[in-house]
Amino acid sequence: MRKSKVATVPQKKDYTPKPVSKWGKEDETEVFANRVKLYRQGKLSDDEFRRFRLQNGAYGSRLHAGYSMIRIKIPGGEITPEQIEKIASLSEAFSIGSAHVSTRQNIQLHWVQLEDVSEVMRGLVEVGMTSREACGNTVRNVMCSHFAGVCPDEAFDSTPYSKAIARFFLRNPMCQNLPRKFKLNFACCDKHGLVRVADIGLVPMIKEVNGKQTRGFRIYLGGGLGAASFTGHQLEDFTPEDQLLSTCMATVRLFDRHGNRENMARNRMRYLVHETGWEKFQKMVLKERVVVGMTTSNATARTYDVQAEEDTRQLPNAKMIKLPMASVTKDSPAYERWLHANAVPQKQEGYFTVFITLGAGDITASQLRVLASAIRDFSAEGTARNTPQQNFAIRYVRASDLRAFFDRLATAGLANPGALSIASAVGCSGTTSCNLAITNSHRLAKEVQRKFLELGLDTDDSLKNSTIKISGCPNSCGQHEIATVGFFGGASRIGTAMSPTYTMLFGGSIGENGELGKAVTRVPAKRVIAALLKIIELYKTEKTADSFDQWIAKIVRGQATGSIKNVEDVKNAISSTIQLPSQEEDPDAYQDYGSDVKFTAKTARGECAA
Amino acid sequence: MKQKSSEPANLPIVCDADTLRSLIRKKAVRVIDVRKAEDYQAGHIPTAVSLPLARLLSDDKPETVVCLLEEFGIAEKMPVVIYDDTFGALAARVAWTFQYVGHSNTALLETTFKQWKELGLETETKPRTYPKTKHPLMVRQEMYADAAYVEAAQSDQGKLIVDSRERLNFLTEHIPTARNIPYTMLGVDGNILRKAEDLKRMIENRGISPESEIITYCGSVGTLSGLAYYALKLAGYNNVKLYPKSFKEWKSLGKPKDEFKEATYWDLSAE
Ligand code: SF4
Repeated sequence: MRKSKVATVPQKKDYTPKPVSKWGKEDETEVFANRVKLYRQGKLSDDEFRRFRLQNGAYGSRLHAGYSMIRIKIPGGEITPEQIEKIASLSEAFSIGSAHVSTRQNIQLHWVQLEDVSEVMRGLVEVGMTSREACGNTVRNVMCSHFAGVCPDEAFDSTPYSKAIARFFLRNPMCQNLPRKFKLNFACCDKHGLVRVADIGLVPMIKEVNGKQTRGFRIYLGGGLGAASFTGHQLEDFTPEDQLLSTCMATVRLFDRHGNRENMARNRMRYLVHETGWEKFQKMVLKERVVVGMTTSNATARTYDVQAEEDTRQLPNAKMIKLPMASVTKDSPAYERWLHANAVPQKQEGYFTVFITLGAGDITASQLRVLASAIRDFSAEGTARNTPQQNFAIRYVRASDLRAFFDRLATAGLANPGALSIASAVGCSGTTSCNLAITNSHRLAKEVQRKFLELGLDTDDSLKNSTIKISGCPNSCGQHEIATVGFFGGASRIGTAMSPTYTMLFGGSIGENGELGKAVTRVPAKRVIAALLKIIELYKTEKTADSFDQWIAKIVRGQATGSIKNVEDVKNAISSTIQLPSQEEDPDAYQDYGSDVKFTAKTARGECAA
Repeated sequence: MKQKSSEPANLPIVCDADTLRSLIRKKAVRVIDVRKAEDYQAGHIPTAVSLPLARLLSDDKPETVVCLLEEFGIAEKMPVVIYDDTFGALAARVAWTFQYVGHSNTALLETTFKQWKELGLETETKPRTYPKTKHPLMVRQEMYADAAYVEAAQSDQGKLIVDSRERLNFLTEHIPTARNIPYTMLGVDGNILRKAEDLKRMIENRGISPESEIITYCGSVGTLSGLAYYALKLAGYNNVKLYPKSFKEWKSLGKPKDEFKEATYWDLSAE
């Protein structure tokens, strides 16, 4: 008999836990365990098993088929403390003792033995989560801006819509075998959110229709990042909310019917849109939507239920107090420096959204537990969101609690500054676990962050809106094309030796007017930090724009005033910085981060398309 | 637990807190605290004696271990329950050693001392000693593996080598052919071991048949692998051996290792 119970966690009085959303299914865990056994006994082919494994959210790990990366979906990015604690335990038991926040609001557990994947799934189901359809050719995790519900500029909270859409498509036969993966991103306003780089991007808006204020969206179709990237096209001025589902269904159905199933490299919907031509595709969608509207049964329509996803709890009011949020330097008190780029006022008076600075999205099991307890004690909504900047956002923290919240985070090393600054570099998993990776983008992002925080660049307001994002190959999981300065990994011959290098891009941005970055030049991996610092120094000397990102945008257009006007000028100015000595003089410069052996580009079959 | 009052209780692999408390009340058990001496002095489970793991490891020849049993007043059939504050791994190493020299009636406490205290259960600070006893020496060779045995097992279909270190250590290097069952997956929510049926399912998921002979090892002195040894036993795998000198000895003997250098997985860790 096992009678022992762990002591329960004390909870703050006014904390009302959010009802748990159920996404996972118990029977799927057993099916998975059985399939693994059949596969190991040779009764399932590699291809059959791979497809099944991906459908359930497990990728093969880098050059080692015995291990998986499990991608846990966080629909709308909303996660509860119980779920965070479960991820902590699962990461300790079956993974490497830390978890990784992805750029699409998933949380990933790496190097899980294939035979343990079903155990992880079992744990996820216990707290309502799932990894189902996190990979494979289906509708992936539905993203929603982490500011939705608290953004001062939003028309309304898009969170329940994102979750209703996610629920509608999850396990839906309509999207179990699409030509390729399919991504939906909801924004809160025109500035936040990745709406132009998704298959379907949605910005909430309110419009007067027949004298009535009507909720709806501006919908963008056919965007996406990858080896070839496109920004989405706006479907129509306004899509009323009662046509949201039929528009999404029509788009998915068209993609399913017309998408390219032959050429793996060109089968995302953006290619279909590109090849069909936008105007024609737009007409097809509008026509298909009419058909969908007429043929969708009531039963089907009922599985899309926005109301059921709404958070109807009444949160208490909070009082605004004066905070030391004026300008800071790297010698300011740690709390003030942290406040500067980690806390943002909400539209709800007296409440703040607080960001947890992680290194390229990594967080240990014990940190996750501290985070969960801090959410319970300090967030009036009692949940958190994960962000595409690979951080966590804790919302509804009272202004009067910020200091105590900071102190709590600091006990676990979670109170680093700079979450919303240029220091918070994004890095995909790269060679730490990805089969397609050429370089260790993950470690490089952490090194950039460390250096930038050491130099106090997080305190510099002219750098605040700029971002650095790094991918380990051209595939863009690190979202390098929407960064002020982005990088993607490759291999180049320098002199007689192969060297890890990055292609540097300038001028990407997010939001409804987001633009894709333009390639500037290649930089050896071990010169990326020096190059970045040199470029920032150029900006500081020139000072021909109010902020670094504005200056970079001007450079891309060749319109900067001063001695550095365009990309060519920048290339000349940094050429000596990015020069490598010979391999004999400095062998380390030719090795990648995290490696002490000669660099070779080794990759295996990618599974994004399998 | 029903038994005639004169007969000592026969303990299962894991002893729950209530059973231990009733045995303590009946003065029918020897409790062994394997934490550091100063931790024992600061408070321990009532009636426990102190045997810091380091003391046992300083000389774990079977003859010496039997002397320890006698010093603690442990007679041949006396129930012994062992606990630590290190998720059961240190206790497991000591329990294995006791059983190896012939004291079979040895169990692990289901929780750590920290949890025992959190549950509000009684402790005392008084150091305990007991009158000496006689204990026979009956070495159970079938519980033990040395490097040569492990080496031979590598090419034996019916034998399986299990590495119980954490995943990243295993990926970095391990004994060729070994499979990884990290100690981190053995316990749950403060229990040093999961329920038997859960452990059984996890091990069966790996396609390991109950008939296999399994040898466990870990990094240096057989603590983590000691816990794995008992997890396998609890799951119903009867033919288990411990390689107590583990990977440390294996490496010092210059024996071959499997390494995996194709990925920079250490850079994922957030420490
Ligand atoms: S961008 Fe490339 S290296 Fe990075 S995770 Fe994606 S496929 Fe892997």
